[in-house]
Amino acid sequence: MEYDYAEIGLKAGIEIHQQLDTAEKLFCRCPTALRDTAEHTDEFSRYLRATESELGEIDRAAQEEMRLVRRFRYYTYDTVCLVEHDEEPPAPLNPEALSVCLTIAKMLAMTPIEQVHTMRKLVIDGSNTSGFQRTALVALNGTLPGDCRVETICLEEEAAQRVEDETFSLDRLGIPLVEITTAPCMHTPGDVQAVARQIGMVLRSTGKVKRGLGTIRQDVNVSIRDGARVEIKGVQELDLIAEVVRREVQRQVGLLGIRDELRARGASVDPAVTDVTDLFAETQSAILKKAKNILAVCLPGFAGLIGREIQPGRRLGSEMADYAKKCGVGGIFHTDELPAYGVTAEEVARLREHLGIGEQDAVVLVAASRQRAGCAAEQVIIRATMALDGVPEETRRMLEGGSTAYMRPLPGAARMYPETDVFPVSIGAGLWESIETPELLTDRAERFHRDLGLDEALARQMAFSERLLLFERAVAEGVRPVLAARTLLGTIRELARDGVGVAAVTDDEVIGLLQAVEAGSAAKEAIPDVLIELARTAGERARQTPEERVAAAIEAVAPAISAADLEAVVRNVVEEREEFVRERGMGALGPLMGVVMKEVRGSVDGKLVAQALKRELERRAS
Amino acid sequence: MTGTYITDRDGMAVVKLDTGYNIGVSPGAVHLLERPAPQPAATPVVVQNPELPELAIISTGGTIASRVDYRTGAVTSQFSASDILRAIPELGDIARYRSRQLASILSENMRPSIWQELARSIHAEIESGASGVIVTHGTDTMAYSAAAVSFMVKSPVPIVFVGSQRSADRPSSDNAMNALCSAAVATGDLGEVAVVMHDTTSDDRCAVHRATKVRKMHTSRRDAFASIGMPPIGYVDYPSLEVSLSGEAVRRGTHDLELADDLEERCGLLHFVPGMPPEILDTFEGYAGLVLSGTGLGHVRTEWIPRLSELIAGGTTVVMTSQCLHGRVCDRVYDTGRDLLGIGVIEGEDMLPEAALVKLMWVLAREDDPGTVRALMQENLRGEIRRGSR
Repeated sequence: MEYDYAEIGLKAGIEIHQQLDTAEKLFCRCPTALRDTAEHTDEFSRYLRATESELGEIDRAAQEEMRLVRRFRYYTYDTVCLVEHDEEPPAPLNPEALSVCLTIAKMLAMTPIEQVHTMRKLVIDGSNTSGFQRTALVALNGTLPGDCRVETICLEEEAAQRVEDETFSLDRLGIPLVEITTAPCMHTPGDVQAVARQIGMVLRSTGKVKRGLGTIRQDVNVSIRDGARVEIKGVQELDLIAEVVRREVQRQVGLLGIRDELRARGASVDPAVTDVTDLFAETQSAILKKAKNILAVCLPGFAGLIGREIQPGRRLGSEMADYAKKCGVGGIFHTDELPAYGVTAEEVARLREHLGIGEQDAVVLVAASRQRAGCAAEQVIIRATMALDGVPEETRRMLEGGSTAYMRPLPGAARMYPETDVFPVSIGAGLWESIETPELLTDRAERFHRDLGLDEALARQMAFSERLLLFERAVAEGVRPVLAARTLLGTIRELARDGVGVAAVTDDEVIGLLQAVEAGSAAKEAIPDVLIELARTAGERARQTPEERVAAAIEAVAPAISAADLEAVVRNVVEEREEFVRERGMGALGPLMGVVMKEVRGSVDGKLVAQALKRELERRAS
Repeated sequence: MTGTYITDRDGMAVVKLDTGYNIGVSPGAVHLLERPAPQPAATPVVVQNPELPELAIISTGGTIASRVDYRTGAVTSQFSASDILRAIPELGDIARYRSRQLASILSENMRPSIWQELARSIHAEIESGASGVIVTHGTDTMAYSAAAVSFMVKSPVPIVFVGSQRSADRPSSDNAMNALCSAAVATGDLGEVAVVMHDTTSDDRCAVHRATKVRKMHTSRRDAFASIGMPPIGYVDYPSLEVSLSGEAVRRGTHDLELADDLEERCGLLHFVPGMPPEILDTFEGYAGLVLSGTGLGHVRTEWIPRLSELIAGGTTVVMTSQCLHGRVCDRVYDTGRDLLGIGVIEGEDMLPEAALVKLMWVLAREDDPGTVRALMQENLRGEIRRGSR
């Protein structure tokens, strides 16, 4: 369902996190290479604890994480050093990463900070061995098309990748990342997607950002009037952004509806938790049978609303379950969905009777060890109480399809302090002026269309392709743009799809081959076969130059044929089919083309073959 | 743009923006809007369990607990017992605590006179009933201080030195686990001076090192401290905090409390390097003692022999140790060694150079007869010399 977004007061902003393709990490000299977790050389384990702040408070997001004492495990590699282990102070801020960050800032018409200070941002979910993420504000106030605005760009270190549960992989930790934050200046789901696309295009225009799944992540901030600011983390597919926003609006509208109904019913949350373990002594429900303790939370007036859908596949009950899971339980049962899961109608009736509650009232059950169940029941009470107020401010994570689940409270503002081990970096006028901004990919696409004669679709595809640099080099070295683009975007991709190891063919070889075609020493029809040959023999002739390897590959698949040879082949073919030629006259040219091309195995350009054939046919006709 | 002015540094004004980020701006670009009254820090009351044994925590400058003011980004070290307990509440399950802040210095600024004050404080705490003492110390020179204390204080109860390699303000700091392990050791069955620090890079076990046999062997890692020439005298598992002591560890109650806090400060330690000129020894003219950290089995270049001989004749006690750290000095194998013995250099057995230095300070403050000094330097007093080498 589509809402009148102006009417409900939708405000949205985005935060884009983009990994940079630098040689080294942000605070150490390790490569920014991702590894297969099976290659890990060692592992170690740590506990993290939130540090007390001057106000005697621990950041509320941090406190949430501490609810469960957790031991984190880290995989390490031979491409990782003690900095990622949090066993050594950081190296100075990587100048290459700063330069890329400044380039992006300049492209977005931002104002650089005079002196950049690296901060420690508290993150104790285990994804940073130190317990904080190093981050620095680099520039402010950028412009975007429309009346939207970029607020800040920060240079940060990437977190460790979660392998499973509490296990993290250190290869990703420390890869430079830019975080671009917009103002909450978008008012429809479509706006959000368009802005994300625009920023993504700017980022890729630098040619210095990583490509592929997981290298760019969007966080979306959404609120509606009377709702609350909700931050949705880690939207990886651009095409899903609008849907995520739509579904969040739906969720907030749904929660506000539930709130109104709860209030109308005079619903409340009973703070007392009842132990009902004995009631289920004979239960057939596997989960309840296994549990040491079963605790019940009474929610007077909640009946029917816990099971109400607020997003595809999500109910108020799912929200309560997310909160409860923070205590290490698998989930909850609630009376809106019972009898089910092996819990019988009689058991539900007995539960209601035992608790002395009516049809309008709901019960939530949590089953686990005493400590976990107690913690989970407390969380259910907290979330149910929030339902009476409407929409809680939260950080959420995206589920498949665009719905979301609760992750943690929105972090408080007060969770940063200086990284004293990294010196501040001044961005003088000289440095800022020396930053050159690359051509935008959209401008480049236009130029390819206008100046190089690529059609619009091909021009755009080429500009946004990872093979852009190779294309530009090929054109600069005299290859016709259309030939270069078709080979790079079409032929190579098709071969890869067919399982040919074209990735092993070097850029120099590709250029060499295209130049050979332009020089007439190979036909463009032979390009796929030559590439297959180059891929097959990759690494075999290491001592040869790329030109020599290309020449050898051409020779192998399509031996060079001289003009005299060609004429001989043509004459032969025509002679063998004398009758056919007599019958068809010049009309034989088309059918014979294929025969000759097969004979010369694609080593002669089709145009030359056609000319030779035409000459021969004309000669015979005259 | 608004924020909180923090300080001026290197000609730039540091401002903490409302987003939490610090930035440096030209001082002229900053305009004061208001000067808010400082907010008093909230200090929840900490109740200690009277049933538990009482430990004394003496801080010298190493940070066992710190607090971060996220409004200004300031990190402050915490020294009072209640502040430490607020930062590491689990300590409250192990013991009661009283605290004393002896000094607040970086450990590279430590000096023998503070070792002496430390020894007197420890002695006083034990005398007034502490069932164990925890000394928080910067890690750089912790091994020197621990060794010095082990000569100056004979104790029936554990004296545990502890620190952190990774700053206490970070959630990953080793401070809490080291502190908890040290409290477990300090309430346990040990009866000597020890250093308790991480045993591995993981938060799984602390090692208990004998004060005279421990050394910082890495600049930054959590498990930087290592027992040299012997295994640790115990381990503490984490998080169970179960302490296991080796058969060699001196047990609680073995010794009576005794303070001998004199030190001869005119002692030095010289690390010999190839080509080092003999004139360098002029620096030690008038010194009561000099420990040499020699090469291999305990050598310095042949050209040093005459100058060393003069020093010794002038009354300086010279003890040879090895920069190999592992193994025993033996100056009877090569000519240079035999020459060194000939002029009166004392073989420092398998003592660590630093332990030999503080021992020499302690011995020279008590004895001036060269024969007695030599005998004491070669006798095991506090576990610094072992019968067999490893």
